[in-house]
Amino acid sequence: MWQRATSRQRKHVLEWLAEKAILATALVSILSILLIFYFVGRKALPVLTNEVIQQTANLTEFFTPNGTTPEGQSAFIWQPISERPKYSFIPLLIGTLKATIVAMLVSVPLALLAALYSTEYAPRQLREYIKPAIELLAGIPSVVLGFFALIVMATWLQKLFQFEMRLNAVVSGCALGLAIIPVVYTVAEDALSAVPRALREASFALGATRAQTLLRVILPAALPGIFAGIVLGFGRAVGETMIVLMASGNAAITSWNPADSIRTMSATVAAELAEVVYGSAHYHTLFALGALLFIITFILNSIGDWIVGSLNARLRGVRR
Amino acid sequence: MQRARYFAVLLICLGLLSTCAKRVPQPRNQSNASTKTSNSITIKGSDTMVLLGQWWAENYQQAHPQLIVQVNGGGSGTGIAALLNGTTDITQSSRPLRDSERSAFRAKYNHELIELKVALDGLGIYVHESNPLNELTLAQVREIYAGRITDWQGVGGTPGKILLYSRENNSGTYEFFKEHVLEKEDFASRTQTLSGNAAVINAVSQDRGGIGYGGVAFAKGVKTLAIKRDSQSPAIPPSFEYVTSGAYPISRFLYWYLPNEPTGEVKKLVDWVLSQAGQNALQEIGFFPIGQIDHVATSN
Repeated sequence: MWQRATSRQRKHVLEWLAEKAILATALVSILSILLIFYFVGRKALPVLTNEVIQQTANLTEFFTPNGTTPEGQSAFIWQPISERPKYSFIPLLIGTLKATIVAMLVSVPLALLAALYSTEYAPRQLREYIKPAIELLAGIPSVVLGFFALIVMATWLQKLFQFEMRLNAVVSGCALGLAIIPVVYTVAEDALSAVPRALREASFALGATRAQTLLRVILPAALPGIFAGIVLGFGRAVGETMIVLMASGNAAITSWNPADSIRTMSATVAAELAEVVYGSAHYHTLFALGALLFIITFILNSIGDWIVGSLNARLRGVRR
Repeated sequence: MQRARYFAVLLICLGLLSTCAKRVPQPRNQSNASTKTSNSITIKGSDTMVLLGQWWAENYQQAHPQLIVQVNGGGSGTGIAALLNGTTDITQSSRPLRDSERSAFRAKYNHELIELKVALDGLGIYVHESNPLNELTLAQVREIYAGRITDWQGVGGTPGKILLYSRENNSGTYEFFKEHVLEKEDFASRTQTLSGNAAVINAVSQDRGGIGYGGVAFAKGVKTLAIKRDSQSPAIPPSFEYVTSGAYPISRFLYWYLPNEPTGEVKKLVDWVLSQAGQNALQEIGFFPIGQIDHVATSN
């Protein structure tokens, strides 16, 4: 009797410990996100609250024209080291967006078609090779991709499109695309192969061809997963730093021309934060830039989550 | 209960970390001035010169393994402040001291500080090897980098867009160029910024319309232009001879400042740096020896 009680007690204690250990590990990730958010926010806050910092760095400075071109037109300028420092976020936002759009245009069609092929058409044996090969692409360090883009891709693309600037939004976007293909592919592939067999067979039984089944039945059924993959890829492209730092030319130009060089938000923070004067307006501006980047990816992920949720609900026939 | 406890741990962590964060920016105030008696020398100052200082320190320490030479960056301004506070033995500066800084020192210590020119830094203007242009005036370089001349035709070259390459704004080279060539104007926004001398040279060597700037010693696979001080003066290439003689227009002295007439280990280090051996060492990392120029100038 006595012995049984202790063993049960011991079991109970072990279980309790195991449960709490798992809870602690789960909390670590939440805690680190909270901490990151807290510190970036704290360092960024002086641009909203500190009067001395606000003389040079404030929201008006960040988002409205703050300088002139050599031709005398008003312009958005990022020139943090200057007689009068100019901290416009607009060229950096446009640069980030241009690279991301190019990356999505390159990676989404490639990744989706690859996912479709490997789930629907590829013979089993070939599929066993395709999937790991594409997933291996995710293992390439971004600095290697960046170097490849800088040395090889830039030259090819310049020859192909006759770019004036060797490093530009297209080059860095293509390299970014390579980085996010595996992200989109993996999630989309999982979604496609998770479509129940019954749906497929029902479609064939009704006399639909393979292409009809694919386009009208399987793709819509897998849409939430595919969409989640695209959103994840988008988030990665916005925040990716090394590739754009190396292959984008890092010129803060306010133009929508994809053949122009760009300077992205992430690359700006990476390039400038190391040597900036501690506590200066420039320092806090860089943190504000980081906070903005954080908020953008946070909002994107939330929107993605919400859309995935509502698509899922619609598929199951539930009204939200 | 448990939930409350976890929350407490979370709060403690947050509290701890925020106090850590607060403590970081406080400068260390312990004095290193006593180091002259011990076997270590502190060198502080210019970020441009950190590499140079470390190079010297390493080479010197090979022959003097018992001595510890600490080299810190932080910028010329930081180094000069440290000199005033007596927390460094040697200050490296990529600009001569301002009069206000000199008089602040004089007011505090009642004597002049020691100024030594320890090296020369020459900036080359690079273009693509196929570029027929051989020379530019300083004013033309400025017009190009400020974005007012955008075509090579504007400076007498073959028609074609000029592609501007510069360094990241944390680089000392960037600041020197901005101050002495651009005369504090802003770079054109089309200027592409790269993260090192090698990257600039690589970019210019691949772009027919490219122009870049950087240490003369690094120029491989690009053409280095001769520079005219103004349209009347002769074009001067950044050769060893012209940079060391001071005839090449885009060069600067790099300085060491000492609070006192050097003695003991510091004197030995200074003597070695100014000796043939020390001056030869700096050529390996792209700086120039000061040659026969008078080293010591206790100046105004």
